[in-house]
Amino acid sequence: MLLSLRAATVRFGGRAVLDAVDLDVAEQEIVCVLGPSGSGKSTLLRAVAGLQPLDAGRVLLDGHDQSGVPAHRRGVGLMFQDHQLFPQRDVGGNVAFGLRMHGASRVRQAERVGELLDLVGLPGASGRAVAALSGGEQQRVALARALAPRPRLLMLDEPLGQLDRSLRERLVVELRELFGRLGTTVLAVTHDQGEAFALADRVVVMRDGRIAQSGTPLEVWQRPADAFVARFLGFENVVEAAVGDGAAVTPWGKVPVPDGAPQGTRTLLVRPAGVRLVPVEEGLRCTAVARTFRGTHVTVHLQPEDAPRLEAACALRAAPEVGDEVGVEFDEAEIAVLG
Amino acid sequence: MAVPVAFFAVFFAYPVTAIVARGLKTDGTWQLGRIGDVLAQSDVRQVLWFTTWQALVSTALTLLIALPGAYVFARFDFAGKQVLRAVVTVPFVLPTVVVGTAFMALVGRGGLLDELWGVRLDTTVWAILLAHVFFNYAVVVRTVGGLWAQLDPRQEEAARMLGASRFAAWRTVTLPALAPAVAAAALMVFLFTFTSFGVVQILGGPTFSTLEVEIYRQTSEIFDLSTAAVLTMIQFVAVGSVLALHAWTVRRRETALRLVDASVTARRPRGAGQWALLGAVVATVAVLLLLPLAVLVERSFGAGGLGYYRTLTEDDGGVFLVAPIEAVGNSLQYALAATAIAVLIGGLAAVALTRRDAGRLVRGFDALLMLPLGVSAVTVGFGFLIALDEPPLDLRASWILVPLAQALVGVPFVVRTMLPVLRAVDVRLREAAAVLGASPWRAWREVDLPMVRRALLIAGGFAFAVSLGEFGATVFIARPENPTLPVAVARLLGRPGDLNYGQAMALSTILMIVCAVALLVLERLRTDRTGEF
Repeated sequence: MLLSLRAATVRFGGRAVLDAVDLDVAEQEIVCVLGPSGSGKSTLLRAVAGLQPLDAGRVLLDGHDQSGVPAHRRGVGLMFQDHQLFPQRDVGGNVAFGLRMHGASRVRQAERVGELLDLVGLPGASGRAVAALSGGEQQRVALARALAPRPRLLMLDEPLGQLDRSLRERLVVELRELFGRLGTTVLAVTHDQGEAFALADRVVVMRDGRIAQSGTPLEVWQRPADAFVARFLGFENVVEAAVGDGAAVTPWGKVPVPDGAPQGTRTLLVRPAGVRLVPVEEGLRCTAVARTFRGTHVTVHLQPEDAPRLEAACALRAAPEVGDEVGVEFDEAEIAVLG
Repeated sequence: MAVPVAFFAVFFAYPVTAIVARGLKTDGTWQLGRIGDVLAQSDVRQVLWFTTWQALVSTALTLLIALPGAYVFARFDFAGKQVLRAVVTVPFVLPTVVVGTAFMALVGRGGLLDELWGVRLDTTVWAILLAHVFFNYAVVVRTVGGLWAQLDPRQEEAARMLGASRFAAWRTVTLPALAPAVAAAALMVFLFTFTSFGVVQILGGPTFSTLEVEIYRQTSEIFDLSTAAVLTMIQFVAVGSVLALHAWTVRRRETALRLVDASVTARRPRGAGQWALLGAVVATVAVLLLLPLAVLVERSFGAGGLGYYRTLTEDDGGVFLVAPIEAVGNSLQYALAATAIAVLIGGLAAVALTRRDAGRLVRGFDALLMLPLGVSAVTVGFGFLIALDEPPLDLRASWILVPLAQALVGVPFVVRTMLPVLRAVDVRLREAAAVLGASPWRAWREVDLPMVRRALLIAGGFAFAVSLGEFGATVFIARPENPTLPVAVARLLGRPGDLNYGQAMALSTILMIVCAVALLVLERLRTDRTGEF
């Protein structure tokens, strides 16, 4: 394992911001830590970087305990949330900083700066002032700066957080491609699930300083570990249910569940696509109370009598108007029994 | 941290304690009864009363005259604003002796007003009050105006949208935000005027005397050390309480205000009322700040053009052992050395104070660093003489004594200028450097130093100007053959005759020009973030 955390704990005034976290990152793996703000994900990065001392537990790099190793000797790279480019240096000076600290010759520095600026798509920008860069360009410079000393582990703190949506979607693809090509090991944190799923080989969801779930993007998306993860991923139709053989009893009535689902009192997730609209008399009677246009489909909020609201994804043409009465059926393929 | 503490212990606490002990200790026992005896003297009580009320009146007068100026500088945009801002600040760095001399030339015997209308104010308290306003105008304009300019006008707009009238919006939103800054400025002015020495020494005549002047008189003329010691302690307590109040208001000012870039809040004056206000402020600056200086320059040329300046180069063998002009060289050398010391000590202290893990103790040190601003400079100077005269610290014969004393006064300015800038350096920039492989020292050199270099220059400039004008301590420890400019001016003024008077004016003018040049250079370097002064 390139990076291992063993029961890593950080407390701020009695509150555990990292609570006995165990995490492994393998060589060339891209791991994305996903969680709401305050879940301890930035602290995780700072602890690995050596900027935040651990109150308990250990950080190991290549199997070597890092306690007592100061930040500048750990050989890891960190790209800060708001980039933290050095304002008094130009682009080249920023990118070359790490190389200078490692005693690279001037010629070597210039070579590598040129190489990296090409890599991040800013050829010839070496002499530009940092203040004159756009947000996306700053992000690229920060990336080039972090990559320049060839860190064994590259960490990204909300790498695309402050960029606008279209740029973010383009950059995330570029980043994944780039890291794949360079064989970089990456540990990134973000609160944006889209970003995490697009970037990562493995997603780690954090909650209150603990790891709530770890798995491939597909695994996490298909089977969230618990109600918290499901809701954090944006799912609304999450309820307690008594799961029996082949069906579960929920506030919405009887709902079919996939074969082999664990039985007993469980948390049940119905993905919006699993809420099918049928004529009123053929299913659960609901009133449409809100609709949101999503581009490829429409999200409709449905209010049954005496039960929590349901979120349904409908095709554009089939979507009911607000106030319409509809019936609802459930599709077993889009239902998951959690935990 | 250890270096500044040691510096203050040896060159501040030790001399001051030594002289207080000398005054109050006989045969090894403290004579604390002396405190009561001294306080019972009616002339001492009179000095105390005068010191307090003149400081209060000076402060009120300064606020009254300078607050409109603060508003104009904060909210109006007009041609020549930068120049006017610099002009306003010049008096603050002027040596007290120069200010005294300038007001002498304006309102004193044979002064401009005397010649024109036969009006003389030098025997009244008005001369002192006006000189104090002259001095401290910049303190109010800078501290209050600086904050005012950064208050977001949209806050007031938000209040107006919620139904507040223009005045109600100002009273409920802007005024509370400004109040701590006004309080801090007022306390600063009070402190400076409470401990006023040079101005009162020159303009007060035999009638008016502040604590500081009285300490000087008791020490150097009457040789009553125990009275001087008691007075020093009284001043120490008074200044200590004012500083504590000041630290408190500063802390309040630092909290919870949303500040914006000053350049976006100013706009051109609109309507007759605002133009009249601007005109009034400009007129005030012209009459109150520029006129005395102009008169000073005019007097220095006297009847015969450059005559007074020419005689400065001659060794008259009377007042000095050397030609008065040599005081210029002395002053510059001393001030440079003092600046180096002040920047080193103050810089180290500021760095120690910015560390995030700085505890209560260190933060207490912050307030302690301000003490030399208020503790009797005369006491410090005399304390140097009697305390630093034994090995291993026998510095009496050393030239370094003068710069050391001057540096003490410079350090608070350095700390105050450096602190906000150092605090503004984002720790994460340092962390970014660390992650890229920079050791802590290397990170400081690569990240902090380039950002604070300007502030360091400005701090140095302030220390230089302050050292150049330092009078109270220097007058004691400067050797007769090596006077500084302020000391030379005071000595010349103390002698009768037109030539001495003219020479004093000429030397003052030179001193003023040196200080003004230093300040104008600084003004070009200044950013809005740097410091309170």
